[in-house]
Parts: sequence; C-alpha cells; structure tokens
Amino acid sequence: MTSADNLRAFKRDGRIVVVGASLAGLRAAEALRDEGFTGSLTMIGDELGEPYDRPPLSKQVLTGWVSAGDTTLPRRRDINAEWLLGVPASGLDLATNHVRLADGREIPFDRVLISTGVRARPWFVESEAALDGVFVVRTREHAEGLQRALAAGPSRVLVIGAGFTGSEIASICRERDIPVTVAELAPAPLVGALGAMIGDVAADMQRAHGVDLRCGVKVTRLEGDAQGRFRRAHFDDGSTIDADVAVVALGGIRNTEWLRDSGLAAGVWGIACDTGCRALDLNGLITDDIFVAGDVARCPNPIYEYRLISLEHWANAVEQAQVAAHNMVSGQADRWPHLSIPVFWSIQFGVNIKSVGVPTFADEVVVSQGSVSDRRFVAAYGYRGRVTAAVSFNNAKWLDHYRKLIETAAPFPPPCPTPDQPVDMKPVPVDFPGPTLLAQGATVVVTGHDPGERRVTAAQYHR
Amino acid sequence: MTTTEMPGTLRRILDYSSRADPYPLYAELRETPVARQEDGSYVVSTYRELTQLLHDPHLSSDVRNLARPMPSAEGGGTPAFINVDPPEHDRLRRMAMRHFGPPHTPGMVAGMQGDLTAIVSGLIDDFAGKEQIDIVDDFAYPFPVTVICHLLGVPREDEPRFRLWVNDIINSIDYDPKIDPKEKLENGVRARQDLREYIGGLLEQRHGRPGDDLLSRLANDDGPDGRMTDAEIVATANLLLIAGHETTVNLITNGMLTLLRHPEVLQRLRDEPGLVVPLVEELLRYEPPVHIIPWRAAYSDIAVGDTVIPKGSQIMLMLASGSRDPNRFHDPDRFDPDRRDNQHLGFGSGIHLCFGGPLARLETQIALTELVRRLDRPSLVTDPPPYRRSPVLRGPIHLNVEQGAG
Amino acid sequence: MRIVVDLSRCEGYAQCAFLAPDAFRMHGEEALMYDPNPDDAQREQVLRAAAACPVQAILVDQLEGRDVPAEASAS
Repeated sequence: MTSADNLRAFKRDGRIVVVGASLAGLRAAEALRDEGFTGSLTMIGDELGEPYDRPPLSKQVLTGWVSAGDTTLPRRRDINAEWLLGVPASGLDLATNHVRLADGREIPFDRVLISTGVRARPWFVESEAALDGVFVVRTREHAEGLQRALAAGPSRVLVIGAGFTGSEIASICRERDIPVTVAELAPAPLVGALGAMIGDVAADMQRAHGVDLRCGVKVTRLEGDAQGRFRRAHFDDGSTIDADVAVVALGGIRNTEWLRDSGLAAGVWGIACDTGCRALDLNGLITDDIFVAGDVARCPNPIYEYRLISLEHWANAVEQAQVAAHNMVSGQADRWPHLSIPVFWSIQFGVNIKSVGVPTFADEVVVSQGSVSDRRFVAAYGYRGRVTAAVSFNNAKWLDHYRKLIETAAPFPPPCPTPDQPVDMKPVPVDFPGPTLLAQGATVVVTGHDPGERRVTAAQYHR
Repeated sequence: MTTTEMPGTLRRILDYSSRADPYPLYAELRETPVARQEDGSYVVSTYRELTQLLHDPHLSSDVRNLARPMPSAEGGGTPAFINVDPPEHDRLRRMAMRHFGPPHTPGMVAGMQGDLTAIVSGLIDDFAGKEQIDIVDDFAYPFPVTVICHLLGVPREDEPRFRLWVNDIINSIDYDPKIDPKEKLENGVRARQDLREYIGGLLEQRHGRPGDDLLSRLANDDGPDGRMTDAEIVATANLLLIAGHETTVNLITNGMLTLLRHPEVLQRLRDEPGLVVPLVEELLRYEPPVHIIPWRAAYSDIAVGDTVIPKGSQIMLMLASGSRDPNRFHDPDRFDPDRRDNQHLGFGSGIHLCFGGPLARLETQIALTELVRRLDRPSLVTDPPPYRRSPVLRGPIHLNVEQGAG
Repeated sequence: MRIVVDLSRCEGYAQCAFLAPDAFRMHGEEALMYDPNPDDAQREQVLRAAAACPVQAILVDQLEGRDVPAEASAS
C-alpha cells in the first residue's frame, strides 16, 4: 500500500480486523470510522457482550453501588462492525493475512489491530485457585462473584498482592467494614510501581484504616475444607490466617500466546511496536499492516531513552488506539507518533492517587509540595538530574505542571520553592525492589553469522 | 516574548471606552502571549499560557509575595481563600465547601432547582404591564442577590445597605495608582470595613444557634479541620456575598444580550430547552462575567512560553482573552452553543476555580430558559447597552428590553 | 444511559458531583466514583454534569444503545 490510490481504495473498501474488543479496540474502531474508513470492520473478542469498562470493577462495583453488568462503555459513534464475540483468536498468519479463531474460523484482513490486553494472573496452584472463595478481578464475572462474596459478610478477606488493584480491594473491604489481611512479598504496598517512599505512605494509610498489612511475606498455600471452600492461608514464615475469601491480585499476563508462531515480536512482555503502533517482527523489523494498541503493546518512549514500555493504563489505551487507527488509514508521511506522557490513577482509602510520567524510570524521589502526613502532597521523581515522573495524593490539580517539567526535561530536584512547602525537601533514593523480583526468562534466541542470515527465533517460554 | 511592542493595549482595554467590545484589543494582546509592561508587571493573554500558569504551583495569590506590594483595598483584613495560597487556601476552602457541596453536602445545589425556578417565576410575573424591562434591575440583579442572601443568612431587606459597599469594592478591584483618583481606593477600603462590620454583627448572633444558613453552619460546626475563626468566617462570607451575585448578574445579563443578538439561537432555545446547558458553557467562554484576574504573584521565577517571569512580579491573567484564543478554539468569535470540547476559562482553572460555579450555572440555566420562554418577542432598546465601569467583572449596567415588537 | 469518565483527566473539581449527586460521588476530597449506567430519570442532571466538567472528562453515549453486537454472531 504505497501509492495514494491504493490508500484511497483501502480506506473505501479495505478489510480491517480488530482483535480484542475492549477499551482500546472499541476506541480504535470509532477512530477508524472518524478517519473516514468505510471498508469492512470486524471486531473479535473472547468475552461475550459489548465492550465494557474495567476500572469500576475494583471500585464502585465492589462497594455494591454499581452492578458489574452496568459498566458497558458508552459509544462515541456508530462503528458499523461485524462482531465475532465469545471466541478467542488462536493464531495470526502473516503470509496469507488471516486471523485464526479458536473454533477454526479464518478471518481475512488487509490490516489488523491487536488489542488483546491482559488477563489476571491466576493463583499458581490450579486446585487451590479452584477453591470456592478464591477470586481474581479482571472481568465482569470476576467482579460480580467477588461482590457477592463480600456482600455475604465474610469473617475475613485475604488480599494477595498489594499493588493498585489489591490495595483498592482492601480499601473497599474496610469501607464495607470487612476485616482484611493484605499479604505482599515486597516491603510495602505499591512499591513496585512507586518506590519505597510512597510505599511507606501507602502502608501507613492501609494500617490507619485497619488493614492487617503483612509485607515481606509470601503466601505458600491456600487450604480448603471438605466442601472445597477456601478456609485458611499459609505463609512462608510458618504462620497461617483464617479467611473466607482470598483475592489473588498478582498483576496480569499479556494475552500474546496466540501469536507464538506469528513471527511477531510478541512475548510475556507484550508485543513490541514503534511509536506509530506498528508491530515489530521477531527480528525487530517494522511490519506494515499489523498494529498494536492498549495494555498488550510495548512501545518506545523517546522521553525515556527510547525504552520499550508497556503500560496497563486506561488513558494509554485510548490514546494509542487513536494513534493506531489514524496510522492504519494514513500514508507514511501523515503518520503520528504516540508520544504522550503516561497518566495513571487509583482511588483508595478516600485518597485520589495520580501519577504522571514513568515513576520506575527514576533514581531519586522528593516531596515537592504539600504534606505527607496529611496525605495531600506531590512527589517528584528524577533520573540523573531531570524530572521523569510525579505522583500526587489528593493534589491532582498540580500534576499538569509536572507533566510540563517531564516534557521539558526540567532539572531534578525542582529548584524553585512553592508556597506549599513540604517539611522535608531532601531527595531520597527511589528504591524499587531489586531486579531479581522483576527478572524473566529468555524469550528469544539469535542464530546465524553473516548480517544477511542473522535471525531471531522465539524461545520456548512458559507462563 | 518579553517585549513591550504594544504598551498601550492593556491601557486601552482598561479604559472605559472599550468596555462594550474589548475583544479586538484582546486579539492584539495575544500577539504577545506573555507581555512585560513598563512597570515590570506581566500580562498573559493566550489560552495555553494561562492554563499553564493556573496549574503552576509557583503562582501565588498572596499579596505578600509581590516584590512591590500594590495598594490594596483589603485594608489589612484577614483575606478570604481567593487571596491565600495552599495549604491555608485548601484548608479554608475545604471548610467552606463542607456546607455548600461535595463530599460533605453533595445534594445542596442540585436540590435548589425548585426554589430557584420559583424566584425566577416571581420576578418574571412582575414584568406584567411594563412597557420596558431592565433585565439587570428587574431580574438579573435581584435574582442572585435573593439566592445568596438566603444561602448565607443575610437579611434580604439589608440589600440597599450592602449594595453601596459592594459597588465601591468592585470599583476598587482594578485600582491603578497611575490613573485613578485616590478616593477610588479609599472608598473600597472603607466599604470593606463596613461590610466586615456588618457581616461580623450577623455572625455574632449566630454563635451557639445552629441553623441552616452558611453563617450559622460556619459559626457552629466543627469539622475535621476545626472551626474557622470569626475573622475567617467574615472574610469567607464577604467573598461569597460579593462573588455570589456580582458575577451571576453579569452572566445572566450577558446571556440575554447575546441571545437577543443571535435571534436564531434564541428561537432554538425556545424550541429545545435542553440547549441551555451547552449554551451557558458557551456563554462562559464567549461573554464571561469575569474577564481578568487582576493580579497574581510569582512566588519563584516562572517559565511560561518563551519568558521567565522573575520572582515577585505581578501577573495579570486575561481569562476572557484566553477563551477567545484561536489557537485553542475554532472560530472563537462565533457564539456556537453546539461547540464541543469547550474547556473555557469562564470560571478560571486550577485550585482557585470558582467556588460557586455550579450554583451560577444552575441560576443562569433557569434564568435564561424562563426568560426566553415567557418574554414575548423581546428586542433590545439600545445596542450596545451601557456598561458598568469594571473591566474585571464586566457586564451591562442596564439592559432595556421591549416586548411584542415586530 | 451509559457514561464513562476519563479519570486520568479528572482533577477532582467535583462540578459533576454538585450537579448530578446521584450519579457522581466524591470519595474523599478529590477522588470521583460514578455510576456508569445512571437511570434515565437522571438524564437531565447527568447532561448538566457532563457539560460542566472543567476538563471535559465525561463521555455520554452518543448512540443510545444502537449498534449493539448481534447475539447471533457469538458462538
């Protein structure tokens, strides 16, 4: 598709398939129609029903205010698509341009957008995960089930993992006056995303709200009774805790297994792409007709030394979908790069936590405004003397200023005082959990010697 | 961009002769987004620079952070939260908000709809038999005054007393020692003192007597932040009394003026009352009640646009100009109630965003809906109408309308 | 009616919670929780709230339930 004529013909009656019918897929489809694409549009999704919004599932759905079935996403416009729902894609054939479905159907395309997202990481022992009362939260059905379990008034809830989702669930348990224990392998909640200083703040917040927070411990076994109901959890320090409900909140697994033989640069870390959302193949070469958006995309960000970054952020899915859709129906010269600064939010214990930038891309952090003890503050993150991220606790109206600091590579620590001066303005090491916590096995091997024959092949990997 | 290419533009904007149509001058001003003035102060007039500054934690609302303190009409009294920085600002605003809106009192404003409609209906009933209606004196002024008096617990019949003080205070907001007579400032200082004493007297009676009005609640209610001092309550109540009607009268009047100048929109509003919601947002962009934030202070050096504003500088924010910036709004000089993504600066932005915005919106939506529904073929008697003095809180002083004209 | 709020844009101005308190609630000072499918009886209030959002973060469905995926296509 090089000439303008070809592009016009493609926009008029080409075939676009979107694999993954959630937020990114839906917004991309709407953007494709906005851009004037009038060809055939096929939406493939493994879940039944219309695309729905996930953030409410760990918040207002679990409080019992909103039903999980009421989170269907509003539409920006008609997309006039064919929907193939309830069947996952099982393969992508780049030689013949087909998506293969698990039921054997083959769907042809001229261009494809991959937005298959992530799924919840299940408890590692299948029989224990199957116990009545053990939950993960990713889909509507998960949230509906957990909500019912919370409404039944459990004697105690165990949350395994104190990342954002786990912390939000613990917050809702306390709001519903349910005793809750949070078990976290790291030294504090949120520490993997925001570092040790904010982790300490989050830990204080949890304890102040009556959470039984246990850090630096590993849950080794979930024990059930004769009826197959979860009753007790065992920790690696030999202690146990009795509870009726266990929520496994150990993050997500990117849905890329179906691409294993596709020749794309897909693995446990996502699908690598360029800033234009075009997928890379296994060799790291750019493809023309394969685009990626949302949680499953791994995209370079020039602000962060062009490192490939995957983000499970709502706004990132929306923005990437917009860029991917535009580029799918545009010529090379008119393409947009996805260059926005990441923004993330979490609501827990009555506090609005927001971040801008990439807090893990930092070596130091400093409270730049407000009061940590009042839980109203902004902390700035820096990497080698420039601002790379900021996190606010109930101080979101200032974050746009920090976005600007990140975009302009402003010096760190921010030199100019503000009226809302924190007690302590000394930067401290950001202190993320060591690489051993994050390391993953090899995903590829390189073969060949001469430049003309060097090639990458996928290593066998297991989740 | 720290040039002084157009030293006269701001002066001409502030001059009364441009009150009816300052917009061409705003366009001239925007050619230099951040303009240093001869006296060392800065004027900011473009959308992006304005929104950037309003979210910049180095921009101070505390007069003490000006290197050259202006002659202030505050007269040394305790400032209200509009002239205070965090964390004090946040605390005072939070304590006042407890009795006005979410999270503590979420349903109050929405619950006023019936009362507001009744007041509006009563005022329009009184139009009967009049040949000419002054939208300001007969409607847009008495309506919000009645509402804010009720809300605060200020006797409505005292309005003739505080009207004079409020006028003097408004007149002193844009006091310029270089051109204005000293009395303008002195009258403002005295009026503030008088108003403080008056509100202080009302507050005195409220202590120990719980009631539904804001003064009673502030006087008696202990929230998580404790209780405001009497001086803080008086400052807060003064602010809400003035801002609670002086801005809304302009918004409603500007709204009626704009509708009468756009008869096709007026007819549409009559046919589809739901249009009033986006229409009021467009009004806040196109003919806002507050045109200028007269001063803010640079707490530290502030980089904005291509300029570094030095610490201690006085900064004037031209909000109404920002809302007409063609780099942000397509065809900005067109009144378009269907406009999408209308992130106007009508209520400011950032932590000082208008406290009473939701009430002002509801008042104006109801006022315009009912005026349009019940007036019979209204038309302007004079266009442009005569304007009030203030370039800051800008609006007609009278808006005479005839009914039944062809 | 279906709505979604882009909470990454939301700065906690609470204008929506003033104007449509049954659909939008502040959770503490700044965090917003909302009903993504408020009752049609709240329509007028919700539209007011969406228009008033200073950062225009509230999206209201433009389709009103048209263009739903055909159940038949699910297997």
